[in-house]
Amino acid sequence: MSTVAGEMDHHDHHHHAPSGITRWLFTTNHKDIGSMYLWFSFIMFLVGGSMAMVIRAELFQPGLQLVEPHFFNQMTTVHGLIMVFGAVMPAFTGLANWMVPMMIGAPDMALPRMNNWSFWILPFAFAILLGSLFMEGGGPAFGWTFYAPLSTTYSSDSTALFVFSVHIMGISSIMGAINVIVTIMNMRAPGMTYMKMPLFVWTWFITAFLLIAVMPVLAGAVTMVLTDKYFGTSFFDAAGGGDPVLFQHIFWFFGHPEVYIMILPSFGIISAIIPAFSRKKLFGYSSMVYATAAIAGLSFIVWAHHMFTTGMPVAAEIFFMYATMLISVPTGVKVFNWVATMWRGSITFETPMLFALAFVILFTIGGFSGLMLAITPVDFQYHDTYFVVAHFHYVLVTGAIFSIMAAAYYWLPKWTGHMYNETLAKWHFWTSLISVNVLFFPMHFAGLAGMPRRIPDYSLQFADINQIVSIGGFAFGLSQLIFLAVVIKCVRGGEKAPAKPWEGAEGLEWTVPSPAPYHTFETPPEVK
Amino acid sequence: MSTRLITALLASIPLAASAQSQLNLTQGVTEISQRVYDLHMTIFYICCVIGVIVFGAMFVSMILHRKSKGHKPATFHENVKVEILWTAIPFLILVGMAIPATKTLFAMEDTSEAEVTVLVTGSQWKWHYKYFDSDVEYYSLLATRQDQINNRLDKGENYLLEVDRPLVIPTDTKVRFLVTSDDVIHSWWVPDFAVKKDANPGFINEAWTKVDEPGIYRGQCAELCGKDHGFMPVVVIAKEPAEYEAWINEQEAIAKAEKEEEQRLLSMSMSKDELMELGERVYLGSCAACHQPSGEGIPGVFPSLKGTNMVMNDKAGHINIVVNGKSGTAMQAFGNQLSLRELAAVITYERNAWGNDTGDLIQAADVNEFLNK
Repeated sequence: MSTVAGEMDHHDHHHHAPSGITRWLFTTNHKDIGSMYLWFSFIMFLVGGSMAMVIRAELFQPGLQLVEPHFFNQMTTVHGLIMVFGAVMPAFTGLANWMVPMMIGAPDMALPRMNNWSFWILPFAFAILLGSLFMEGGGPAFGWTFYAPLSTTYSSDSTALFVFSVHIMGISSIMGAINVIVTIMNMRAPGMTYMKMPLFVWTWFITAFLLIAVMPVLAGAVTMVLTDKYFGTSFFDAAGGGDPVLFQHIFWFFGHPEVYIMILPSFGIISAIIPAFSRKKLFGYSSMVYATAAIAGLSFIVWAHHMFTTGMPVAAEIFFMYATMLISVPTGVKVFNWVATMWRGSITFETPMLFALAFVILFTIGGFSGLMLAITPVDFQYHDTYFVVAHFHYVLVTGAIFSIMAAAYYWLPKWTGHMYNETLAKWHFWTSLISVNVLFFPMHFAGLAGMPRRIPDYSLQFADINQIVSIGGFAFGLSQLIFLAVVIKCVRGGEKAPAKPWEGAEGLEWTVPSPAPYHTFETPPEVK
Repeated sequence: MSTRLITALLASIPLAASAQSQLNLTQGVTEISQRVYDLHMTIFYICCVIGVIVFGAMFVSMILHRKSKGHKPATFHENVKVEILWTAIPFLILVGMAIPATKTLFAMEDTSEAEVTVLVTGSQWKWHYKYFDSDVEYYSLLATRQDQINNRLDKGENYLLEVDRPLVIPTDTKVRFLVTSDDVIHSWWVPDFAVKKDANPGFINEAWTKVDEPGIYRGQCAELCGKDHGFMPVVVIAKEPAEYEAWINEQEAIAKAEKEEEQRLLSMSMSKDELMELGERVYLGSCAACHQPSGEGIPGVFPSLKGTNMVMNDKAGHINIVVNGKSGTAMQAFGNQLSLRELAAVITYERNAWGNDTGDLIQAADVNEFLNK
């Protein structure tokens, strides 16, 4: 990256930027660390994606063709873990690293050394997780939700490695979150009041609090799994006075806010991109902030909607059904605000906007199926079927991941100083859009017709649907290689990007040159 | 690339249309399943209407308000009245949805006044049914042959949805299910009844159904329960009450006769050929899922039985572990799952198959010693 020029005007007498690998190992620069997070997350996206390809290849036809059921379970488990903790979360942390300081007019993140550490422990966490696949007995095979006692008494010995790797991922996330909060609270430029912050900053601010609240709960859950398995405790074992359902309560008390951790920053990204390409201010800024806070607050009281079939008292089922349905109100407000932003704007359709529009429609479809899943009596039928798989892939792939793609295209000119290749990018968009729907839409039907999730083989009535889904899966996987090509081309060269390449874009990040100099806002800008 | 994709898609459309695949939730065969289906469709239609309005507004905006058409941006960016309106209207729609959902939920959870009660127990990877009011209990295992799963034989119509002994219940009768598990969490699911209940080890859950139509209803385990989660179907046969009575009486008689036969067997011995032949059958049905048909297990997950110390030397230990299981592992107690004959045969088989050749013959009486320990 051509950041040397920026470094030259930086009069730092006791500091000489190292070059080669040590630059990346020792860096405390938010832009370097942001880039590393983003590349790491893309690599993990491909690794987790290739596991999805194994799953889809096995499910292409009924019968067992390619892998054993035990290995199939390892693929579904590690695919989920990698995509959640390795692809989506680090991508958002990478974006926060790059953009939050530049959006609030700060020179860097508040805690740069911790920033370095929170990134560099991640490769070790995933090396441990992936390495466990090669152990005797294989890696984790109990689903990414690792329900006890399947993950305790009945799991293979690699469970200890799984536990340690999740611990490291958790530590990394908590440090990242602390850094975001401290930066936002202390390093805003003069005049940048809370209610003037861009929504991406706001949504990440709230997300960071969610992370700090729930990652320790996950750490507690994995530790209890560890001691149940290896040290004779009985947290989740009825024979010793424990309760396997307790595990699910603890896991989902982490798990549901976690779901919003993976979507709130998306809301911030979309709230930046839609106004930019509609050339019109975001509609209802303050209601967007309140809606985000409302979603975050509600996320703590809906966890048991993942557990309607576990045999809860009917009063609890009613409570969790109502609370879950309520979430659609603030989420709806967000969608309505985006549509109102577009209304009577002056819209153009560059790739970031295309991904943002696809996000709004497809995420909303995921929201509809989420609302259906909230209705307890019907959830008894949907639960643990492909309907659920369709639902969470709509919110995570066409939701979170599409928003990350949108963000990457939107800010690539700022990061690299070059415009990306718009034709190639549009190919990426259209192939992704079509294939992702061929991949996930028919899953709704498979689930409604009664296909359970996490099975390596299925009865014959699901054969056609699965074949279509697999074709969509392979096509979506291949489409992402176009993205890789676009990014590499853009890093290497291309049309020179101006400071503000998008006519309607707003925010401090567009006031600095492209590529953004190695150090920005050493003197804080004045925000009016 | 994209033309090939489109060709592939087009090719798959007639495929999907020609097959008689069901694409929607089943209406089922009970009053509850019908109510669940109606709720599902109501919510689906509400979502469709909201979708048409929201996406419609988006598309109108995308078509009319584009820069290439020379549309100049407006400057409005907030309106409290509108915000209140689109908070309040969805809230009212939700209230409208919550009322019927709550009523149905209360009906589903009311397990009182059941006439027949069945204890459903999941274990890796089969279901066990025990009738409370009569002396009948049995295991229900996948009946699809391994050769079909491994694509060496053509797959039958009910591939993976067939069992050796289905659960039988009477129609027009409130049947209560008590659901639990011997090992990990399973989930007992019959879509046509709209019944899905987790089987939690150490706890008992309740569910109920009242089936209108006699017939065969198929479902599957719905909670990931380990390696063969995909291979533990549920099959329920609903019979007219009179037929059901006849069936249950017959089963009771059979069970009684079997117990007497067992006692008689204690004083008899079986030949090696007999033991080995029966043993192989039992082994493939009950043991091979974990220990594999080759006896070699899966390293690190399921131990090998080939040439290992217990099988070669420790006869008592071997009988004991098969009969009583090993707590804290996936090894179940087969003492209550298999008959004495079958236990004797399968242990003999394990001690003599795959080149183990210990020459040991285990008889029903040998097993019986361990049964009551």
